Parts: sequence; C-alpha cells; structure tokens
Amino acid sequence: MKKVFTKPKCLKDIPFHYCPGCGHSIIHRLVAEVIDELKISDCVIGIPPAGCAVLAYNYFDIDMCEAPHGRGCAVATGFKRAQPDKIIFTYQGDGDMAAIGTAETLHAANRGERITAVFVNNAVYGMTGGQMAPTTMIEQKTTTSPFGRRSEVEGYPLLITDLIATLKGPAYVARHSLATPAKILATKKSIKKAFEVQIKGLGFSLVEVLSPCPTNWKLSAVDAYKFLESKMEKEFPIGVLKDVTKRK
Amino acid sequence: MGGKRKGIEVSLAIAEAVGQANADVIAAYPITPQTHIVEHLSELVANGELDAEFVPVESEHSAMSVCCGSAAVGARTFTSTSSQGLALMSEIFFIASSMRLPMVMALANRSLSGPLSIWNDHTDTMMVRDAGWIHVFVENGQDAYDHIFWAFRVGEDPDVLLPVAVNFDGFILTHMIEPIEYEKDETIKRYLPEFRLKNALHPDKPVSMGCFGMPEIYTEAQMSREDGVTGSYPTIIKAWEEWGELTGRQYHPIETYRADDAEYCIVTMGSYGETAMEVVDTLREEGEKVGVVKIRLWRPFPFDEFRGAVLGKKALIVIDRAISFGGPGGPVASELRSALYKKEGSPVIVNYVAGLAGRDVSRNDFRNIILEGKAKAESGDTEGFILYGLRG
Ligand SMILES: Cc1ncc(C[n+]2csc(CCOP(=O)(O)OP(=O)(O)O)c2C)c(N)n1
Repeated sequence: MKKVFTKPKCLKDIPFHYCPGCGHSIIHRLVAEVIDELKISDCVIGIPPAGCAVLAYNYFDIDMCEAPHGRGCAVATGFKRAQPDKIIFTYQGDGDMAAIGTAETLHAANRGERITAVFVNNAVYGMTGGQMAPTTMIEQKTTTSPFGRRSEVEGYPLLITDLIATLKGPAYVARHSLATPAKILATKKSIKKAFEVQIKGLGFSLVEVLSPCPTNWKLSAVDAYKFLESKMEKEFPIGVLKDVTKRK
Repeated sequence: MGGKRKGIEVSLAIAEAVGQANADVIAAYPITPQTHIVEHLSELVANGELDAEFVPVESEHSAMSVCCGSAAVGARTFTSTSSQGLALMSEIFFIASSMRLPMVMALANRSLSGPLSIWNDHTDTMMVRDAGWIHVFVENGQDAYDHIFWAFRVGEDPDVLLPVAVNFDGFILTHMIEPIEYEKDETIKRYLPEFRLKNALHPDKPVSMGCFGMPEIYTEAQMSREDGVTGSYPTIIKAWEEWGELTGRQYHPIETYRADDAEYCIVTMGSYGETAMEVVDTLREEGEKVGVVKIRLWRPFPFDEFRGAVLGKKALIVIDRAISFGGPGGPVASELRSALYKKEGSPVIVNYVAGLAGRDVSRNDFRNIILEGKAKAESGDTEGFILYGLRG
C-alpha cells in the first residue's frame, strides 16, 4: 500500500503534551515539514520559549536551545553572528514576543538579523493560566481581565507584527491563521518562505500564526476555531505585510 | 480579637489581605507559582471590592519600576513575583531600597534557572539577600496572611521607609488550602495607619529622587541604607507585639520549639519549620534531646536573638534551600557560622542543602538529616555542606 501521510523526519516519535485543540502541535508540524522540505535539519538551530511550547525540544529532532522568557531573538542573534551558515529560528508565544520580549524582538528585526521568528499568537499567556496579554482583544475575558479587557485602562491589542513590518531591517513579515485547512496550508507556505529568506541572507523574517487556546479561552475546540476566524482574524488581519522579494 | 475562619488557598488569602490593607497600586507580571495572587487581586479590583490601580505590565522589570513610581508619590504599593521574575526585576529591586520606597512583595519562593524549574526552594530570594530589603519568612497560610499587614506597617513606618519581602514557599504554601483566621477590617484599620510619605514627589514641595551617587557620597548613601535596615529592628518588634495584642498571634524574629533543653537543634526557614516540629516530637519520644530553631526574620538578621537561642547547644543542623557554588556552604549556614564565630559556647554547625527545586523532603528525610547530622557533629565532620538525597 502506498504511504500517503507520515510524520516529518525531524519530529521525534513522541506524543505532544498540548491540550486538545491547541494550535502548537499543528505549528510544530508545519515547522518540521518545512525543515524536512528545505533539507536543513543538519544545520538548523531552534529556540523554544518560556511558554506552553517550552518543551518543544522534546519533539524536534534537531539542535535546540531554550531561551529565557522573551529573549529568543537576542539568543538567535548570538547564534547567527557566530555561525552565519546555520539556520536559526525562534518559536515564541505572544507573551514571550509581544510582552516581555518586545525590545529584543524589535531590535533584532531592526538590525535585520538573518533569523526567522515563528510567532504563535493565542491572545493570552497560556502557560501561566490564561492571563491577559498585550494581544488580548477588547472585551476578551481572561484570568486578569475577568470582565473583559477595557481599552481605557488596559490599552489595545498590540499588533507587533505590523510594527515590525514598518521597520527597514525585516525582509519578510506575514500573519496567518490556523482557522481552516486552507489557511493552515497558507501558513506553511509562509513559514517556508520565511526560512528561504533567511537562507538567501535577505534579512529578518517573521511569521505570526493566530492559534487557538481552547483551554484558556474556555471554549470547546470547535468553538475555539470559530472564534479564531470570526474574532481574532478581525483584530489581526491575515496577509503578507512585507516581502522584499516582491520588490524590483 | 479574631475574625472569621476560612478554608482558603493561601495565595487567595494573601490577595485578600492586600485588599484589606487597601493597597493603592498593584503592578505585576504572571509567573508560576505566584499567579493566583495577582489573578485574585485583579478580580477584587474588577469587582470594585478594592479601589486600586491594577497594572498588568509587560514584564517584571516594568512591574518593579511601576512600584517605585507609585511608592514615590506616596501610594500603598504591592507586587508579587517568583524566581525568573525576581531575577528580571533585580536591577530595580536594589534601587527601590536605595530610594527608601516602601512597598510589599509577596515572594513565592521558587528555584532559579537553570535548569529551568518551576518548583520551590530559596535560590531566588538568596540572590537578593543583599539588596537592602527587609525579608521575613513565613511558615504557613496564617503567617502569610498576617505578615502582609505587618509588612505594610513596618515598611511604611516613617522611621523605616523600606521595601519588605514576605517570603513564602512556592506550591507548598501558594497552592495549599489552609484554615485561615481573617481579621476584621476595623482591626486592620487600627493596626495599619494610612500611608503618608513625608518626602513624596509633589509639585508643591519638589524633591529629587534616585540621584547620581558620586564617589564622595556613595559610601555614605550605603551607610544610610545599612542604618535603615539594621535600624528597622525595633519597629519590626513593635509591629509584631501589637499584632499579637490585637490578634493573639505573636511572632518573633527567631522562634524555637522544644529547644530550651535541647542539645541539638535543626535550623529551618519557611514552611519546613512545621515538618521539623513534628519530627522533633517523635525523636523526643525516642529520647533524643533535639529542638527546632526557626529563622523568621532574615533581614535585618537578629543576631542577639539567634545567639541567645543557640549558644550552649552542642550542634546546629542547618537546612539550606539554596546552594552557593564554590562557597563555604549554603547561604544560611555560612551566615550562622559567622554569627557564632568565636562566641563562647557556640555550637558546631552541620549544613545540609535539601529540597532543591521541589525535591520532596519528607518526615523521614528530616529524621535522617537530624540523626546523621548529630553523628557528624559528634565525630567532628562539620566542614562544608552535604547535598542531601543526591542521586548517583
Ligand atoms: C522573567 C519571567 N517572567 C515570567 C515568567 C512566567 N511565564 C512563563 S511562560 C509565560 C507566558 C507565556 O505566554 P505566551 O508567550 O503567550 O505563550 P503560550 O504559553 O500562550 O504559548 C510567563 C508569563 C517567566 N518564565 N520568566
């Protein structure tokens, strides 16, 4: 019989620990497929975050080095500057990237570091129990915004990807969503492009992935995917925000 | 005297104490195992039960900076963190005490990375031992609740003006449901006067804060901070005495259990005190002359009370919850050794480092530590430290 579906080679044969319906396992798989397709598993180094994906190194069969909360892009800079022939990627949540790690992310992007950031936005601090993050949407209830986020006191959802796209350093910046199979495929294409941009030495690349967190959103998995499409994509419009390869 | 007794998670009781203390500003970033404290505070504020600003900042570095700002204008200020969060805020942690800004931190003690761990020990707090804060260690939920009021009262006292860290063991206390006696709001009002910072920033009476310390003034600035921490002692004692009068619960800088006639004492800090007392009870039944010495007040260190409690004993078996790499022993034992150096009748010290990153130290382990420690003391084997339970 013909085998039509296999596990990516650079994923170990270990079941993911993520909650049912969580997007992290899908995104792990997409990154792994891209690493396989680009045949870079012998020269790629990944940087997992502090966050639900803290144990990513248990699943990827590649070099990985944990970074303290928020410091992914700074650590990645160190790797890349010392070993420019390696392909470096960070894997970060929205707390990691858009809260505690905002400074190093923006500055690595602004310097045009030749690294790739995979940015998983689930609109909460998942790992610590679903507290409000800078990306939490107005009126969204979390454990630290029990009646919903209010713009008057807690400000507005931070679109860090849009901010990064305004800088000159980045070469490729995009936002995608896991809401439907078609969108998942588009996400993968974009992650692949982000790695290719790094391989070509064009500059910083980042792909934000809107991803469901049924546990902390207190929704069933099905409803979480609906929420992703109907609410999150409104606040965080999907699309390619910057692509230097498209310029003449 | 005495209010309602409630069975409640210790973190929630701490948050409710902060509410009863009427904090004005709370700034924090979530980190395990501190999260339930700030989650509950955000609920109290959202429900209108506590009229305070709750600032869910983007990192601990900013949390401590916000706290400095709010304390500098005279607001009653609270924060809470653990481990990596404390490490990240450490820059401003030192500055808060140098600016003599009162604030209270519930420090849910957790091990520091690396390796990354979320579990309990004292490596985080030992990192900021020398930061000029007042440090107290609590043993159980009631202690934790009580010490929130005590901490505001001491830190905000015009004779003190220092930040205060209430250290309590992550998970062992943060996530434990315990019966806690709540005090009435009137009692708290009587105990805790309104916070008035004499030199608060105010346009009517300009002051400069956080100034540059040129070489000709830096030394004096440090001496003044040293005087501040050491000089807070009488206020600390008075605040405990008054709490005792109001509530019937009396605390001391050094507390002992069956130690008066003991030849050997186990020395603990934090929640280990409770297990130690139980084990000492059993050992007493077996005829061992052992007792417990518990260090409640860590900074300023209560030298006289400590010496008073232990001089004349044969040996102290000191449990440290942190390691000092390449150093003379755990941080607590090292300090106790120097506190006793060349004092007449000073006991020898056998030092165990135990319970790192949540490794369980059961009653049986305490028993082993005490008995093995006693044997080591008798044979003169008292150098360095023993990493208890080390495998391999
Ligand atoms: C300095 C520091 N502060 C706080 C934490 C606690 N912490 C660990 S993960 C996390 C947030 C994770 O949220 P996010 O980055 O959105 O990722 P998710 O878990 O949702 O995937 C926090 C606050 C930490 N590890 N280090």
